[in-house]
Order: sequence, then structure tokens, then C-alpha cells
Amino acid sequence: MARRIFQFVTGSARLMFQGGWAYHVWMTILTFLVLSGILAYGRQLRDGLIVTNMRDQVSWAFYIGNFTFLVGVAAAAVLLVIPAYVYNWKPIREIAIFGELLAISAIVMCLLFVTVDIGRPDRAWHLLPFIGNLNLPASLLGWDVVVLNAYLVLNLTIVLHFLYSAYHRQPYKAKFVVPLLLLSIPAAVSIHTVTAFVYAGMASRPFWNASILAPRFLASAFCSGPAILLILFQVLNRTTNIKIKDEAIWKIAELMSYAMFINLFLFGAEIFKEYYSDTHHLIHTRYLYSGVHGHDALVPFAWASIICSVVAFVLFLLPATRRNWFTLNLGCLLIYAGVYIEKGLALVIPGMTPDTLGEFYEYVPTLTEVRVGAGIFSIGFMVFTVLCKIAIPLIQGTHDAPARSAPAEGSVAAV
Amino acid sequence: MGSKKPAISRRAFVAGGTTAMTAIASGLAGASPSFVEQMLRQRFVELSPEDLERITSEMERDYLQKYGKECNVGTSKAQPGVLFGYALDLSRCVGCRRCVYACVNENNQSRDPQIHWIRVLQMDKEKGIELTESDPYYDPELVPEPDSFYMPVACMQCRNPPCVKVCPVEATWQEPDGIVVIDYDWCIGCRCCMSACPYGARHFNWAEPTVASEELNPDMHYLGNRVRPKGVVEKCTFCIHRVREGRYPACVEICPVGARKFGNLLDEEGEIRYLMREKRVFVLKEDLNTQPKFYYFYAT
Amino acid sequence: MSERPDKTDPQLLPGWSSLVILLSLFAVISGGVMVAILRGEEAHVTPDTGGVHAHGPADFPEIEFDVQLPSAVVEAVGSEQAGGFNVPPPPFSEDGIFPCSDCHVDLDVDPEPRELMMHEQIQINHGPKDRWCLDCHNADDRDHLRLANGTLVGFDESYKLCGQCHGTIFRDWREGIHGRRQGYWNGAKSYLLCAHCHDPHAPAFKPIKPLPPPVRPRFLASGASAEQTDAAPATGQEH
Repeated sequence: MARRIFQFVTGSARLMFQGGWAYHVWMTILTFLVLSGILAYGRQLRDGLIVTNMRDQVSWAFYIGNFTFLVGVAAAAVLLVIPAYVYNWKPIREIAIFGELLAISAIVMCLLFVTVDIGRPDRAWHLLPFIGNLNLPASLLGWDVVVLNAYLVLNLTIVLHFLYSAYHRQPYKAKFVVPLLLLSIPAAVSIHTVTAFVYAGMASRPFWNASILAPRFLASAFCSGPAILLILFQVLNRTTNIKIKDEAIWKIAELMSYAMFINLFLFGAEIFKEYYSDTHHLIHTRYLYSGVHGHDALVPFAWASIICSVVAFVLFLLPATRRNWFTLNLGCLLIYAGVYIEKGLALVIPGMTPDTLGEFYEYVPTLTEVRVGAGIFSIGFMVFTVLCKIAIPLIQGTHDAPARSAPAEGSVAAV
Repeated sequence: MGSKKPAISRRAFVAGGTTAMTAIASGLAGASPSFVEQMLRQRFVELSPEDLERITSEMERDYLQKYGKECNVGTSKAQPGVLFGYALDLSRCVGCRRCVYACVNENNQSRDPQIHWIRVLQMDKEKGIELTESDPYYDPELVPEPDSFYMPVACMQCRNPPCVKVCPVEATWQEPDGIVVIDYDWCIGCRCCMSACPYGARHFNWAEPTVASEELNPDMHYLGNRVRPKGVVEKCTFCIHRVREGRYPACVEICPVGARKFGNLLDEEGEIRYLMREKRVFVLKEDLNTQPKFYYFYAT
Repeated sequence: MSERPDKTDPQLLPGWSSLVILLSLFAVISGGVMVAILRGEEAHVTPDTGGVHAHGPADFPEIEFDVQLPSAVVEAVGSEQAGGFNVPPPPFSEDGIFPCSDCHVDLDVDPEPRELMMHEQIQINHGPKDRWCLDCHNADDRDHLRLANGTLVGFDESYKLCGQCHGTIFRDWREGIHGRRQGYWNGAKSYLLCAHCHDPHAPAFKPIKPLPPPVRPRFLASGASAEQTDAAPATGQEH
């Protein structure tokens, strides 16, 4: 058993280093960005978080905004799992694994973004339930630690089992994996709900303290995550022998349009409540969409986000534009940008501006923060690339299996 | 998170592990035992009296070496039958900010980068208490300005503190005498409490705090005004090192117009209970149900 | 549905090239926006009030922030007088002015309200315009003050005189709600007479110079020293 695991690991590692020039250029660029991020983080460790532009008035910003967005991306793998295994829809089933790979990469990025945000990473062990002291059930951040790591372990288990079986050309154990896959659906919902609850539970921040926040998070997550996958599938179709059916891609785009509809509807509900009730709390929304007292740095981004989201919704809704590759890809990028701004920028910053004592501190990230963020995104891309690099040959059965493996009975994807 | 019951108690495990690791580290790398011990230190509430004694002695040694001052890091507990309350007379405050700087002087806040635990908000008399129109950066020649009144804000020591609820590691909690305290050696610096506090009362050490030796207050408390490390949260503790010895907090004593009142809420004859009966007290953001123990009132 | 070309087909379909073009545009636009944000000047209002420099208590050596308790209070703590109150002597009582009778025992009493030749630096601005000295001071015995019913009180009990008109404040002061107290919340306290804070002849407080405001968050990293030159940092740049 151990020998087979060892073979799997070394075989996968070998696959990792095989690739064309585009692959190596891509990995080199990412490595450079990762190194830049590590150096920037080193500076932050040495001098403290003062190298960011976060201050008491806006104490969560770029890092936590990215974290929130990426939790959504991680949850979106569900969008592929639900039709694949619950409804047994064949065209998506063979590619559902890529959703898992995306989820793993996204969770890795989430954990990294949280780690670089806390003031004492050397004390991260305090969060461990037995050795440290995790404040459950009261602290939502404590729950977030639990569900994020559980989701990561769940996805890793599923993926490793798939790949391990594929490596040794054995059928995967459906009885083991399918329940885990079905479990990953509520798990995905839970990670984003808990993250939303971290925000929604704070009475001190009226912009966040709304019951609609958790549904909005889920809706915008289901829009944005699959956008990356749609682009990936086209790349796979083009650069490998994997054939992902157009219908699968179009079905995902259709589901995304429904998710975007719900997202826009919930957004509209929020806007109505804020502007019609016209209470004190409106000032946060006004800051975001029209600026207050001359503070209007976020206004162009907020409007860009709305426009991108609405245009993408229309592009995905209409079958004609959904099936046209140009408009489909345009829609993917617009959705990605729209939701990134909405979750990353237009959630955390207006929640804290004005702050609890009415002060307007306009936050913009520093170069150090951006370098660290770019480094973490690069790590995520690297993880995703490496996982795909290993998974694709294994799925297709084109790798060199060790002698003791069972003869090829067809690819895992066909099961 | 595991389902197995541990064979040994958690404290014993960590204590044994700490000792083992400390020994290994100091042996192998020549690292000082206190550095490793600090990394692995347990929460304040779990420290035994002997541990506490040892740790505070080490701190006092460190401060002597770093600042050249004999310090005393106290660990006094809450007295029974005491619940601290505070009241601020808005008809008297003139916005002179002496309380702000007396607090900094007393509690060893970092001077660079600057941390103030008290923030005085200037408000327009005709608008009343309107936080988004308030200004903490007022700097006129003389105060009070005729159209303004002044409202100092610091930790409200809430009875239902949202900061305590959200802390993922329970590094902040409410003591029996009502003071919400922070264990600076347990805080991981996630700043969740700062997001959760409705009064902007919690402050973060964005860089290594700096206090000049001649300005250091050597009379310290483990949970109060001892010198904080980088990357942790701090806030007003009602001068815990003073009030547990019976003294008034520094801000109460420095106020030149006597706008600040402090006492035991459980003492019916005390100042706070008296003014609750005779004057009308109110709290900020009362709808959030934080139930602060810091009241505002107008004497005249 | 359109057919997928196989890899050897040299012709690029609109799908693939559009993807490449769109991704490149996306990268360029995102990069440009990021650079614009990082290099951007601050658009909003510049501060016209303070908060540019950080100050600490050491910048105000004229103010004694470490309040020294009177020895009587310090000694009282722990003794039976732990609940006691201690008040410093009234103003002017220890610098040779008091007792007033030193001069006034030889002087005639003139009860007519007029401008004085001695004590001319005292401006009376306390209540109605026709208020004058002997409303409060006792004509025959200048070492005492006179209440409305004729009772004489010493200067150390001057609050009884003030309390005749300012009854609510007097009650508050007696309970510790009005006026400054130092000492022990559960023990000995030191408090002050009305005259220690309020000049009885012109009691309204003069406005005072406030201590500086806190440093604004965007200047937090610029350094604490008040002597630093006034160079406003551009937001987003590394410090």
C-alpha cells in the first residue's frame, strides 16, 4: 500500500515537470510573483502591519476582501457537483473534478490571505481546538476555521482518491467517494454561509448587519467561481486531448445566469431597503454609489461592478450570446470583475467607511499589500496548474502507470 | 476536533510539551528559554500562580533591562461586590483633551505610532449627538467653542460585549468586576473584535510600540498597562492597575472641570448610583444592546 | 453545434483567439487600474484642522499628568479615616493676604457700592449688574463671609454661601457629582472648594487652549515627532 502511494506521489511529481514552453513560461512568471510576495510579506513581518494602509478606522481591507471573494470561488465548485452527481448529468460529470481542483486552490488562497492578515501569525496555533483555544460556538471566525479546513480536507480526499485510482488504472470506489461528493454540497454552502455570518453578525457595522448578506454571498459565489472554470475548459479543449462538450459549458453558463439573476434581485432588495427607509445607515451605501462629503474614491468601482454584472447577466441569459464564444468569454470576465469588486472592494470598505465614530478614512492598498496579494494569487494559480497538470493525463489514462497497476479499463472520467 | 478522549489532560500535555520544547530549543539553537516560552505561553486564565509569578518576574527583568526602570507587573484580581461604572458629564466637558494625554501617560501607549485610548468628538450643539458630523481632529485656539459641545469616547466596558463574543481564541473576556480585558500574549491580532466594537474603542499595534524610558509608567498590570507587543489589540481598562487598588482612573483625576465620575455600580450610596437617580443617564448606540457601563449625563 | 477543430488545424477559431484577446485585455486593464490606484493622489479634502503630527504627553511639560495626592489622603487610606474627605486650604489663605482683618481692622466701613481704590484688579461679573462686594463679604469682619440670614461662615466653608443661590450645584458637589475629585473611589478623597476652580468674582471659566488632536490615520506612519517637517505622504506609496 505504501509503495503504491509512493509511486503515485513520484509519478505525479514527474507529470508536474513535463510540459510545453507555454507551461514553463507560465510557471516561471508565477514563481517570480510568488517570490515578490514572499519578500513583501517578509517586510510586513519585520515592520508590522503598518506597511499596509489599514488603520484602526479601516482595520480589514485588501487581504480580507480577497479572502471573502475566494471563499465564494471555493464554494462555487458545488455548481458543478450538483448537476453532475445529484442529477447524473453526464456532460458535466466528467469534468466535475476540475471544480474540486479549483476549490482546493481557492481554499489554499483563502487560508493564506487570512494568515497574512493577522498580526501574530506565530500565534496561529491558538486557533487549534485542542492545543490552543478555539472559541466555539460563540465565535463565527472560529467556525470559519473549522469549516474551511474541513472543506479543504474533504476536497483533498475526494481528489486524491480519484487521482490515486486513476494513476493505478483502477476504478475509483464510488461507495466511498460519492457520499463525500454529496457531502461537499452542504460543505460548500457552509463555508460561504459561515463567512457571511462573520460579517452579518456584527451589529456595529450596519452595512453588513443584514440577513440578506448570506444569500447574497452564495448567489454571487455561484456566479463567479464557474467563470474561471469555463475559461479553463476552453483552454483544455484547445491544448489537450480532453474534449469537454459545448453543452456542458453552455449549461454551466445558463446556471450562472440564474445565479446572477438571484444576485441582482437580492442586490436590488438591499438598495430598496437602504434608500427607501433612508435611515442613518444609508450613509454607507451612499458612500459607495455617490460619495459623501467629497469622499468618492469607490464610486467608479461600484458602478463598474453593477454594469459588468448586468451585462454579463444578459450575455449569459440569452442563448444566442451564451453560445457565441466571444460573448461567452466576455461575460465570464465581466462577471469575474463584477463579483470581485462587489465582494472584495464593495463589501469590506463601505462597511467600515464611515467608521463607528463617523470618520471617513479613505483606504487604498499599498504596494506591499498588492505584492503579497499577487503572490498569494500566484500560489493559487500554481496549485491549480499543477493539480490540472497531474490530473489531465491521469484522467485520460495517458500516463505511464507502474507495472503492478491493473490494466487500463478506460478512463476514470467515463465512469 | 477529534472524537477520541485524550489520555492526559490538555494542560498537562501542553505544559509538558512546552517544557520539552523549551529544553530542546535552548539546547539546540541556543535560543533563550523565555523566547520559546513566550511563543508557547498559555492563556492568562490557565496560568498557575507559580507560572504567573515566574512570568511577571521575567517581564520585570526585561523592562529593567530595556527601560532601566524597576517595574511592577501586578496580577490583582477583581474584588468581590464590585462592578465598575463610569459617567461623563456632557454639560461640563470643554474638550481640552487632558484626559487623552493623561491616559497615554498612565497606560504606556505607543507614542510612535500613536495610540490614544480616548477620542474626544466635537459636536454641533444644534445637531446634537450626530456621529457622522462629529470631528475628533478639532484644533481651535481655545475651547470650548461657543457652538460646540464635546463627547469623549473610550471603551464602554459593555455588559454584553460584542468584542468578547467574536474573538476566535477568547483572548478578551470580561472580568468579574466588569472590566473587559485582553491577554496580550494570547491575542492573534485578527482584529475581529475591532470590527465588532460599535464604539471604535479597540486599537491595534500596527508596528512595534515605542515608549521612551523616562515616560514609562512602572506601575503595571498584566491585563492592563504593561508594555504591549506588536500585532495585538489594546484598549482602555479603566486603569485596572489603579482601580483594583481603590484609586480613581487617571482620566477622572486629571479632568480640570470634574466632568468624569467613577465608582462602584453595586454601591447604592456611591457617586454613580446617585447620579443615576438624580440625573438622567444615557448610553451611546443603546439599540445595539451592548449595555455599556459608561454613561453620559447632563448635570445642568 | 459547431465542431471542435483538432489541434493540428492551423486556423484559429474566433473562440480561442477571442479568449486570448479578452484575457490579455483583462490583464492589461486590471494592471492599469491597480497602478492608477497605487499611484493616485488623494482626491478628497485636505485637512484644515489638526491631526498631521502625533503628540505625546511629553510634549506638554507644563501639565503635570501624574496627579500627586495630598499626603492626608494617602495616609488616610487604610486607616479609619478611609472614607474621609480632604480639602486644600481656600485660595489666598497661605500667601500673606489672609487674614483680611490685618488691614481692615483699622479701616472704616463704607457700605456704599462704588468703585474701589484698593482691590481694583477684581472685576465683578457674577450675576446682576449691581452686585458688589458686601453682598457676600461681611462688612464688620472681613475674615468671614455672610449668609443671607446674617450667619457668618469661614472661607473654608464658602460653599455654604455659594449654595444659597446655586442649590442644585451645591447638592451635586456635596455628593461628588460636581467638581473634581482625586483619590480613592472606595476610600479617602481629596476635593476642592468652589473658589478653587471658580473665581467668585467672575466665575465663568475662561476658554483654554486644547491639547492637540490625535494623528490622522493616513499620517500614522509618518513618525511621531512634532518637529518633523510637514510633508504629507501620498497615499498608497510605501512608507
